[in-house]
Amino acid sequence: MIKEMTCVVCPNGCLLQVEYEKQGDQVAIQRITGNLCKRGLEYARQEMVSPRRTIASSILVEGGSMPLVSVRTSGPIPKAMIFPVMAEIRKCSVKAPVQAGTVLIPNVLDLGVDIIATRTVE
Amino acid sequence: MGMGQDNLNKVNQVMEASVVIVGGGPAGLAAAVRLYDRGVTDLLILERENKLGGILKQCIHDGFGLTRFGESLSGPEYADRFIQEVKQRNIRFITDTTVIQITPDHDVYAAHRDGLLHVRARAVILAMGCRERTRGALAIPGTRPAGVLTAGVAQAYMNLQNRMPGKKIVILGSGDIGLIMARRLTLEGAHVLGVFEINPIPSGLPRNIQQCLNDYGIPLFLSHTVTDIRGTDRLQEVVVSKVDEKLQPLAGTEKVYACDTLILSVGLIPENELTIGAGAELCPQTGGAYVDEWYQTTVPGLFAAGNVLHVHDLVDFVSLEAETMAEGVVRYLNGALPNASIALRCGKNIGHTVPQKISGTENVVVTLRVRAPQKDAEIVIRQGKAMVARKRVRNALPANMIEIHLLKDQLTGGQDLEVSVND
Repeated sequence: MIKEMTCVVCPNGCLLQVEYEKQGDQVAIQRITGNLCKRGLEYARQEMVSPRRTIASSILVEGGSMPLVSVRTSGPIPKAMIFPVMAEIRKCSVKAPVQAGTVLIPNVLDLGVDIIATRTVE
Repeated sequence: MGMGQDNLNKVNQVMEASVVIVGGGPAGLAAAVRLYDRGVTDLLILERENKLGGILKQCIHDGFGLTRFGESLSGPEYADRFIQEVKQRNIRFITDTTVIQITPDHDVYAAHRDGLLHVRARAVILAMGCRERTRGALAIPGTRPAGVLTAGVAQAYMNLQNRMPGKKIVILGSGDIGLIMARRLTLEGAHVLGVFEINPIPSGLPRNIQQCLNDYGIPLFLSHTVTDIRGTDRLQEVVVSKVDEKLQPLAGTEKVYACDTLILSVGLIPENELTIGAGAELCPQTGGAYVDEWYQTTVPGLFAAGNVLHVHDLVDFVSLEAETMAEGVVRYLNGALPNASIALRCGKNIGHTVPQKISGTENVVVTLRVRAPQKDAEIVIRQGKAMVARKRVRNALPANMIEIHLLKDQLTGGQDLEVSVND
């Protein structure tokens, strides 16, 4: 079987062709083509097993120069966990000042990634 | 504000700088750092908003910096890398200051809360970026209710001001910001009914179609446009129609979507009123100034880089272009630049090129966009009958900027060049 997918790792957005066979619940990948770099291979393998994405949002700041501090996941999370993680982000609020890079939610939902501030709010 | 003696002095304030940079976004910041590191330290950045960083401040999604820094950053993080560099070097910048006039002799006038600022410079860099096309530019019929806004405005509301633009959303245009906002609104609990694109191909990057629409099951309707806007105080519904090959709405295909918000992501326009005022000629294809390989406009000592010159798909390329331009500014300050008299003309399936003129004395990276998608495209530059550069692109899309290297040794004289895509 062949599955086509757009690699989202970088703006090249390579159109990948993944040749695979289903062996019960397992997927056996035979060939990946269409990638300009090796990150495309990694992306396709991950996408066939369990797609992951990084997400960005913002968290309320009390007493800051801005009402929000922008945040992102420190690494990709399973696609199915995007909305549960968003719910955690929405529950959270912090007091100013916040430094960019600060971990605001460590190990969110035990996924092994943190929610980190991506800007400084005085 | 009163006009006491103190203020009057400020009104008459005249400053001097080797280079004035108009705009403290990604292009202006990158240019400033590179100029400083090349020994041009007498710089002044003038920024209209209250902080440096430009549009990156509101682009909280990640994916910035993969080319420039080799890692994926959010917009504020990417901007902060350059802002820290500017601050470490003590490069002068003034915020809350709107430049209102630039003269061909490099006098820059700006409005500041304390009055009028006049800066005499040896060179001026245009780094004002671009703005969004609005409903007015599209002339969509209908009423004028609240709830019709551009994608960038929706982004500022959500990411800077903590305001939700609406709950039931229709997006017109498949530009990257619209796609990013489709995802952002969905993550925050809105229902995005669909993205409607008048052209038969998406205008945003393929990765954004995947990670912003497909990932969330948001439908993309190609060859569709909004043909009516209805609502009195607040938007109540829009009418969407299919269009034919000439992009004209097809009667009988109308469909009504009940929604409270219509977001427009229908193109960006380089912001060049100051450029025109300074006497520089604009290129109708890019909407930015005509430039040579040093990014000098038709006015000597007036340079441009970034989205004010041509709309880029990636900020990384904006920074890199501004850094290349800075090298040209240094050369200009050290003596005049060679005359650029070889024109680059757009041939088959080429929408535009930057630069539009070269001197033939340097190796040049030419940036271009194709007009229509083409698989296995061979892009060639010809001088008369001679092929002087070529590049193969596996999947050439109008959404992707393409670079092609032109080596001076390949040139055979002062004849104009033609850039085209081979069949």
